[in-house]
Amino acid sequence: MIEASGLTKRYGGTLAVDDLSFSVKPGLVTGFLGPNGAGKTTTLRLILGLDAPSGGTVTIGRRSYRDLPAPMHEVGALLDAKALHGGRKAYNHLLCLAQSNGIPRARVDEVIGVVGLEAVARRRAGEFSLGMGQRLGIAAALLGDPGILMFDEPVNGLDPEGIVWVRTLIRSLAAEGRTVLVSSHLMSEMALTADHLIVIGKGRMIADTSVDEFVRSSSQQSVRVLSPQAPQLRAHLGAAGAAVRVEDDGALSVTGMESAAIGQLAAANGLVLYELTPQRASLEEAFMELTRDSVEFHASGAVR
Amino acid sequence: MSAATVGDLSVPGRPSARHSFRRATFGDVVRSEWTKIWTVRSTPFALLVAAVLGVGLGAAISAAASNHYATADLAERIRWDPTAISLSGLAIAQLAIVILGILVVTSEYSTGMIRTSLTAVPRRGRLLIAKAGIYTAVVLVVGEALGFVSFLVGQAIITGHAPDATLGQPGVLRAVVGAGLYLAALGLLGVAVGALLRHSAAAISTVVALLFVLPGVAQALPDSWRHPVVEYWPTQAGSQILQVSRDAYTLAPWAGFGLMCLFVAIVFAVAFALLQRRDA
Repeated sequence: MIEASGLTKRYGGTLAVDDLSFSVKPGLVTGFLGPNGAGKTTTLRLILGLDAPSGGTVTIGRRSYRDLPAPMHEVGALLDAKALHGGRKAYNHLLCLAQSNGIPRARVDEVIGVVGLEAVARRRAGEFSLGMGQRLGIAAALLGDPGILMFDEPVNGLDPEGIVWVRTLIRSLAAEGRTVLVSSHLMSEMALTADHLIVIGKGRMIADTSVDEFVRSSSQQSVRVLSPQAPQLRAHLGAAGAAVRVEDDGALSVTGMESAAIGQLAAANGLVLYELTPQRASLEEAFMELTRDSVEFHASGAVR
Repeated sequence: MSAATVGDLSVPGRPSARHSFRRATFGDVVRSEWTKIWTVRSTPFALLVAAVLGVGLGAAISAAASNHYATADLAERIRWDPTAISLSGLAIAQLAIVILGILVVTSEYSTGMIRTSLTAVPRRGRLLIAKAGIYTAVVLVVGEALGFVSFLVGQAIITGHAPDATLGQPGVLRAVVGAGLYLAALGLLGVAVGALLRHSAAAISTVVALLFVLPGVAQALPDSWRHPVVEYWPTQAGSQILQVSRDAYTLAPWAGFGLMCLFVAIVFAVAFALLQRRDA
């Protein structure tokens, strides 16, 4: 269980993390979501005691990370797969980490097997591809067989097979009752792995909710209606208080009225419907909707 | 990689996993740092360079000095210190030792390894003390070996051409043993400066200035300035432990070495305190 309360981090004049309070619960995959520069990595660094908070606290089972008696057994973290000495062989990298927490050597071979790096364990970590480095970082996180796992953008640089592997791993870790916190800037990725979402933007909390709830609350539902008598239907819908937008293919996009009500309205007025489809906003749209005001860098759209 | 393999992770009942977990100790960190230092190439490389420079250069200087002895004037003969001559290669070898000490810390910062290390060992003081302790111990062993080998090789070259030294003569054993102690103190200084400055280039320039540039500049100063600088400059004072005969305006061997150790301890204490407070 990770608990943050009023967590704040200021670098010079920049507020990277602004009064975040949340808890990350066991047995669930919690997606930590936000646009680039939202403060996700800073928050993870604060949890791990790498940076000291300017205000507030964050604890692992009521203790601050620096006071944990067996840190790698409590928390396994993959922050940056390149945070290692490239001249050291992968096996030795894992060995020195294992030794620092009194973890037996046999466990090193075990995690190498789990991430599938047996063939390259005796190669220097600096020669690893991004995907292999990511697997090595995950192996390091698993070394202590920890109850809490934190992964920062774990699928970055992985090939499709690797992405599926990471998703499966993350799901199964949570299924074993572990606490799993996964950061990402990709809503679509979180849709496939997360149960719960913590969404931040510009260091501030935007949402702390289940994935389903998140979509329901942050997206406007619309109904796509295709009718040969679109102009008449549009007039009736407008009179009934719905907002109507005409799509490029001539379909009407109706908001503010359920599909059942639209069907009844059409029937009552003798209008033919070819299509009546409730549209559910994708997670990506919901996410962009929610974080629109807190994105650090906007593309202007125009190329000059 | 199948889901089934991933499922194998589930730990309960796995002897190699949950059941063997215990509190991480300082001894664990020491073992880890021992592995770290011997699993990068820079360590054997730098120590080899130190050995070749130390012994090789010492031998060359011994040969040149002993050939010159026949034509030396009285003043030179009075100052003749065969022990110091045989150990003179260490003046260059020390650079490899101190730079490796710096790199032991700064390479963690330049590669990003420090974040992984501090996540594994969040008690930062433990990490620095283990790192510094391991490196100092390694340098002490290597330095003592270098001191004795340099001395024996140098005396073998000098003997027959000029008066040589034996370990039984007053102050000689102290100077040879002192060579290893001096190198160990310098190694620890390297670790401390590395932890303080965190960047290889900045730390190496600082140590080179400390060891060579500033004492060199002092030579150009008037005597009233030069003498106290030569006497009390920490690394100059420390190197007195390598001298059998003592020049004017120098501290006694152990007093000089003590001053150097005090200086190293202060730098280390500052680095230690800053490590606790700074963001990694």
